[in-house]
Amino acid sequence: MSGILIVGGGQAAVQLAASLREYGVDRPIRLVGAESWQPYQRPPLSKAFLAGRAQPGDLLLRSMDFYHANDIDLVAGERVVDIRLGACGGVAETDSGQRYAFDQLALTTGGGPRRLAVDGARLDGVHYLRDVADALRLRADLPGRESVVVIGGGFVGLEAAATLRAQGLTTTVVEAADRLLARVVAPVVSDFYRSAHQRRGIDVRLGTSVEAITGDRGRVTGVRLADGTTVPADLVLVGIGMVAHTDLATRIGLDCRGGIVVDEYARTGHPSVVAAGDCTATRLPGAGLVRLESVQHATDQARVAAASLAGRLQPYRATPWFWSEQGDLMLQMAGLVTGHDRVVVRAGPDPERFCVLYYRRGRLLAGHAVNRPADYLAVRQALSRGASIPPDLAADLNTPLKQIPTEPVPCT
Amino acid sequence: MPKVFYTDADGVVRAIDGEVGDTVMELAVRNGVPGIVAECGGACVCATCHVYVRADFGDRLPPMDEQEDDMLDGAAAPRRPESRLSCQLTLTAELDGLSVTTPATQL
Ligand SMILES: Cc1cc2nc3c(=O)[nH]c(=O)nc-3n(C[C@H](O)[C@H](O)[C@H](O)COP(=O)(O)OP(=O)(O)OC[C@H]3O[C@@H](n4cnc5c(N)ncnc54)[C@H](O)[C@@H]3O)c2cc1C
Repeated sequence: MSGILIVGGGQAAVQLAASLREYGVDRPIRLVGAESWQPYQRPPLSKAFLAGRAQPGDLLLRSMDFYHANDIDLVAGERVVDIRLGACGGVAETDSGQRYAFDQLALTTGGGPRRLAVDGARLDGVHYLRDVADALRLRADLPGRESVVVIGGGFVGLEAAATLRAQGLTTTVVEAADRLLARVVAPVVSDFYRSAHQRRGIDVRLGTSVEAITGDRGRVTGVRLADGTTVPADLVLVGIGMVAHTDLATRIGLDCRGGIVVDEYARTGHPSVVAAGDCTATRLPGAGLVRLESVQHATDQARVAAASLAGRLQPYRATPWFWSEQGDLMLQMAGLVTGHDRVVVRAGPDPERFCVLYYRRGRLLAGHAVNRPADYLAVRQALSRGASIPPDLAADLNTPLKQIPTEPVPCT
Repeated sequence: MPKVFYTDADGVVRAIDGEVGDTVMELAVRNGVPGIVAECGGACVCATCHVYVRADFGDRLPPMDEQEDDMLDGAAAPRRPESRLSCQLTLTAELDGLSVTTPATQL
């Protein structure tokens, strides 16, 4: 059997396969994923799943019926370790020695957690959180534990910290930068999250780097910080980012820069190979190389990649969106903040409900809304239409954002 | 076991047996019912699990919170009085026989 081979069994892989069928592709489709689970969603891993409110079966992206009905050959639990590529098509080999021939290839290999390189990082009780296996390990390690240090104040770290704190653990977040979520939100949002988590009893240490993880008889006992103090802990969760899986792509000679480089049609440098999801770095007109790790990006780019394989090119134009649920705080984000020169804050008496709009030369770039879904939606819809919300009117909480007439964006 | 009837935009009806505690969205996804996308997996942040609920079930449904109410305004198909996000509709014994129609598009 030749046909289309999708390497990776995550959000992007499943969407790519589904979209190929929607676009009428009737060639064989095979999806090979390294994890032994049927494809599932990761977002709950730091939220409901970690809290014990969901089981692995609840996470599945699609039922087995879906793969059967769409004639998608799902191979779970095999890792592709080598690919040989000819002028058109090639052969992939897995760790179990299977060989799969293909005439078109899609790489949706995602990424793995960035590992912490300090003394003690391999002690029992030091965890990462990328897949179900990680989450099950962490869950199994929770009973009887009293304190956790979360290393890294990014989304995954903060979501997990909120979940663990709500279960009664003494929780400390250690972040090397001088604010939380520093790469993705404005300082006003970072400051909000620091106070909000502090109000819920989380000890937040900023501008603090980790020197070592201390242990006793193979088990973690604490985290030693650069200032010499040690925070005691019987659990450590490391959430310091993701490293894209680009090894296979590099092996077959594709350009990789922190991700597999693709164009706005999800095409790599090889005519038979597309890539989508967390593993990519996308060259977008006017924006340079963009790396995004989100469900929205994985699914929208997978649709674009499927269209390219089906021979009906459609450029990636989706408005990026993202959410992060940290305990009872729902953050919804639309657009990208890169290059903003002004922020407008819409806030009222409730400190835990506000929206921040980001502008560049008066033009709306993005919005971050905490517990204000209507504001988020207004921003997302304006951006999708290529319109802007006048900044001088946006701060007025008495006017719903969606009622402010949007303005067309001047050509730059 | 509450049963849910899903009618798609072409009028095709699928009857699926669920469990108390399932959401109407989860039941659809698990059983491959087309017409429900549920991109965010039930976090109530994407509005791609929009359904129209048959009117006579209205008063048996869980009330709509602000998050759902606001996100429904962002659904791709027109919002109507009987619109709900199916990820927020948790099945109870009283909802046995629930009938929902999926819109022509979710994206
Ligand atoms: C804890 C956590 C919480 C998150 N929360 C949110 C959230 O709230 N909102 C949001 O938008 N996003 C969230 N994300 C991000 C989101 O889950 C990812 O962006 C999304 O899963 C990316 O999908 P993907 O298919 O590109 O990659 P992945 O989901 O990583 O899938 C890649 C798959 O490919 C497999 N694979 C890799 N190499 C090979 C190989 N050589 N052979 C075979 N298989 C291979 C991997 O094992 C993996 O299963 C979260 C992520 C995590 C980890």
